[in-house]
Amino acid sequence: MTWDWHAVSDFMPHFRDGLLVTLQALVLGSLLSFTLGLVWTLLMRAPTRWVRWPVGVVTEFVRDTPLLVQLFFLFYVLPEWGLTFSALTTGVFAIGLHYSTYTMQVYRAGIEAVPVGQWEAATALNLPRRRTWTVVILPQAIRRVVPALGNYVISMLKDTPMLMVITVLEMLGQARLFSQQRFQFTEPLTVIGVAFVLISYLASLLLRALERRLVR
Amino acid sequence: MTSGLWELVLKGVWTTVQLLVFSALLATAVSFVVGMARTHRLWIVRFVAGVYTEVFRGTSALVMIFWVFFVLPIAFGWQLVPMWAGTLALGLTYGAYGSEVVRGALNAVDPAQREGGIALSFTPAQRMRLIVLPQAVPEMIPSFCNLLIELLKGTALVSVMGMGDLTFSANLVRLALQQSAEIYTYVLVFYFVIAFVLTRLMRGLEKRLKAGIGKDAGTERAARELKRARTTGVGGGVA
Repeated sequence: MTWDWHAVSDFMPHFRDGLLVTLQALVLGSLLSFTLGLVWTLLMRAPTRWVRWPVGVVTEFVRDTPLLVQLFFLFYVLPEWGLTFSALTTGVFAIGLHYSTYTMQVYRAGIEAVPVGQWEAATALNLPRRRTWTVVILPQAIRRVVPALGNYVISMLKDTPMLMVITVLEMLGQARLFSQQRFQFTEPLTVIGVAFVLISYLASLLLRALERRLVR
Repeated sequence: MTSGLWELVLKGVWTTVQLLVFSALLATAVSFVVGMARTHRLWIVRFVAGVYTEVFRGTSALVMIFWVFFVLPIAFGWQLVPMWAGTLALGLTYGAYGSEVVRGALNAVDPAQREGGIALSFTPAQRMRLIVLPQAVPEMIPSFCNLLIELLKGTALVSVMGMGDLTFSANLVRLALQQSAEIYTYVLVFYFVIAFVLTRLMRGLEKRLKAGIGKDAGTERAARELKRARTTGVGGGVA
């Protein structure tokens, strides 16, 4: 086994570019999944089953099929329908959509965990429906689910390399490009492997600290 | 689509199913070994198992697949057949996730059961095999079911390495027909059907195992929801 430190230092600028794209996809994907997930949860609480049923089926379908195929689907099918986006936008949308089907379950659990007394108090105070949700239920529910949402952010981080297949040059894409040009596979792939372990370990430490502060 | 292309897709389904079965077996073995090691009484065993879990859970499955396909042959001189390389990468990654499930379920067994085993002078191996595992395994099934679905979705990753699984065959069909909507829809449906069947099978298995230790799967579900909510930090105080 040979290890070439020069290859590592040559790879560093590419690594930084890749890291930036990865983080960009991660942040935007997280925001999208948090928002869409909340929308799905609220739709699942709609009074009519004509809303609940389709939303339930679609989200179940998205959750049980591979993100990779969904990426291919969006990347190749949307242009056929006349919608052209950049690769990164498509990737962010796919990740956000895929993980929104997970976050919706988290939100649901959080909302169900709000004590019944809070609903009753809101009714007793004659709060309108909208205010019941925005100032009573959601602030309490979201506070409880932050750690669980954080876990999905870490999973999302580990799914961002898939964006490589739709030509986004994130960390793995950069590593592959570099190793194909230089024919050195060991160093770049190991570097990004270690980077993933480090980032997700740090993120989980951060998350644990956050959890201690938020959930009491 | 012509029948030749359909044949290609069905071959892809077969490869995906094979890969799923092999890597699920490897992942199960890894998760039990590592999970039990994490409850071992020697700290060094616990530590090594903990490092394994952190490393393999921390890195992305796709990066791991790249590593097994490209770095392993150069660095160690082992060139694996694609099927085994895929099995190795997926099995080790999802085994690390599974080891957490095993550890959680082992710790959730009432300590009095273990103490009972000690009082009856069972050896540690007997205690594990005869007392703890039969009670812990049924509790693992729902989480393992979720992991199995994740693993199924993970098998699509090997297509990036040119292995002829379902996703790869879809890409070939797209190139052949220059149309993507139809074939990708079929492939998504295929994956969904496999996932659906797996969920049903696991639910049946859970019921049988629960019945084996005199528990009713129906009433346990509510209790489990509660427990899961607590472990993810989602559950709150009861009104």
